[in-house]
Amino acid sequence: MSLKLIKQALNGKRPLSRMWRHHDLKESYDVVIIGGGGHGLACAYYLAKEHGITNVAVAEKHYIGAGGSGRNTAIVRSNYLTPAGVRFYDESLKLYEQMSVEFDFNVMLSQRGHLTLAHSDGAMRTMRRRAEVNLLEGGESSVIGPDKIKKLCPPLDVSDHPRYPILGALYHPRGGIMRHDAVVWGYAHHADRMGVHIHQLTEATGIEVQNGKVTGVQTNRGFIKTGMVHNATAGWSSIIADMAGVKLPITTYPLQALVTEPLKPFLDVVIVSGSLHVYISQSDRGELVMGASVDPYASYSMRGSLGFTEGLAGHMLELFPSLSHVRVMRQWAGLCDMTPDYSQIMGFTPVEGFVVDVGWGTYGFKATPSAGKRMAELIATNETPEMIRPFRLARFYENDPVGEKGAASVEK
Amino acid sequence: MIQIDCPNCGMRNVNEFRFGGEYNPRPKEMMNVSNEEWADYVFLRENKVGVQKEWWYHRAGCGLWFLAERHTKTNKVESAYLWD
Ligand SMILES: Cc1cc2nc3c(=O)[nH]c(=O)nc-3n(C[C@H](O)[C@H](O)[C@H](O)COP(=O)(O)OP(=O)(O)OC[C@H]3O[C@@H](n4cnc5c(N)ncnc54)[C@H](O)[C@@H]3O)c2cc1C
Ligand SMILES: [Zn+2]
Repeated sequence: MSLKLIKQALNGKRPLSRMWRHHDLKESYDVVIIGGGGHGLACAYYLAKEHGITNVAVAEKHYIGAGGSGRNTAIVRSNYLTPAGVRFYDESLKLYEQMSVEFDFNVMLSQRGHLTLAHSDGAMRTMRRRAEVNLLEGGESSVIGPDKIKKLCPPLDVSDHPRYPILGALYHPRGGIMRHDAVVWGYAHHADRMGVHIHQLTEATGIEVQNGKVTGVQTNRGFIKTGMVHNATAGWSSIIADMAGVKLPITTYPLQALVTEPLKPFLDVVIVSGSLHVYISQSDRGELVMGASVDPYASYSMRGSLGFTEGLAGHMLELFPSLSHVRVMRQWAGLCDMTPDYSQIMGFTPVEGFVVDVGWGTYGFKATPSAGKRMAELIATNETPEMIRPFRLARFYENDPVGEKGAASVEK
Repeated sequence: MIQIDCPNCGMRNVNEFRFGGEYNPRPKEMMNVSNEEWADYVFLRENKVGVQKEWWYHRAGCGLWFLAERHTKTNKVESAYLWD
């Protein structure tokens, strides 16, 4: 391997030529996917792989992975609260578990274990309920006490000194982190090899609808004829939906994250505290990756704020007093498409040929494979797959919300 | 960081305020709206990029709920005024 690397360095040949190619826009496509994040690319991949639909364009206004897919903290897990949520996320985690083999490309999935801390009796009750739902649906998690927590994570302060002492945790062994960019590139590479056109720097600026049916998409590079437009633009999804005359129950909030200077390996689990609204993991480079809840007001701005860093640091030091001298290296934000019931919206809209996979808020990375797979199935069969029926847009009109309080950055 | 000009207190740091969501007037004839119109009102949002009319609450100040017009990309607050 290393000899090969040296040869490649000397003769300038890279192991892979370009991972995906550049194309001119075709006049028409069977499916146009707006948004080149993980969700859009996964849908393109499964359309080609499982349904033989390859005349597909992915239109991305920046570079692929420029949105949440390249900005998230890469936590994957399936221990949600509602049965619908657990089933869906478990399928997704299973697809992630086989991804490196499927892609012949290392997505660096590290199932190091995921702990959601509980600091109150109420939180403990929710954890027990989640553990039971997980048991029923096969998601695997259990409630553990401070002793076991301390064993799994020695630097954590499990004493009764902090303002919010740790009473227990929901332990999810299959949860962990992975490399989000690799997921985006893997889907893009394989979709490209099967004939999908990935168009970067291609911004959708309008959607043409005639008699309630989609007939095409206007972009900065020209008009594309198509009868099927898929909105996979997460934080920007209200803008795209508006182009088709569809209004969504979505509000866009920034979510920030930060990394510290690299440290020697000392944390080999993911720690989340719902009550303190913070979470932390250590990357393979040794940096601590941390996040909190969404910003206090809706916005399309992706600027960081000092308030976030201060709030996060304060809570983090309650959990890990030993981090007090660690310096913050970088901070960034991404846009999150929040829905009223903290659950995604997947499927048909009142406009024929306009489908959505949106409302992924702060939790969509872990859902990428399953969302792509099920949206591809929906587009190919023109029917809503049973697994994603709970997430249909119509639920808001049928008094049937999902209510996923097991979602990140919302649980109290 | 943005500042908001509270109609009572003047310019204050945004951290003193609580965001109350985009302005979304109730249907006029509340008793006569269909279920669908009601769900539209309760759930759907413009969520636009541009100047948005929205509710703010001066939580750490005078306790007033008021309206502001803010650009959702730059976060610049154009104006703040009382509801009437
Ligand atoms: C800081 C942060 C941390 C997070 N942590 C986690 C986590 O640990 N675990 C987890 O599961 N989830 C997490 N999330 C949420 C997750 O990142 C998102 O839900 C997910 O990435 C959404 O993927 P997507 O493919 O749907 O959208 P995105 O990756 O956001 O892609 C949408 C794309 O649409 C493009 N676009 C927008 N408008 C147009 C247009 N007009 N024309 C063409 N293209 C357009 C954008 O450029 C963008 O690339 C986090 C999010 C953030 C911001
Ligand atoms: Zn005031």
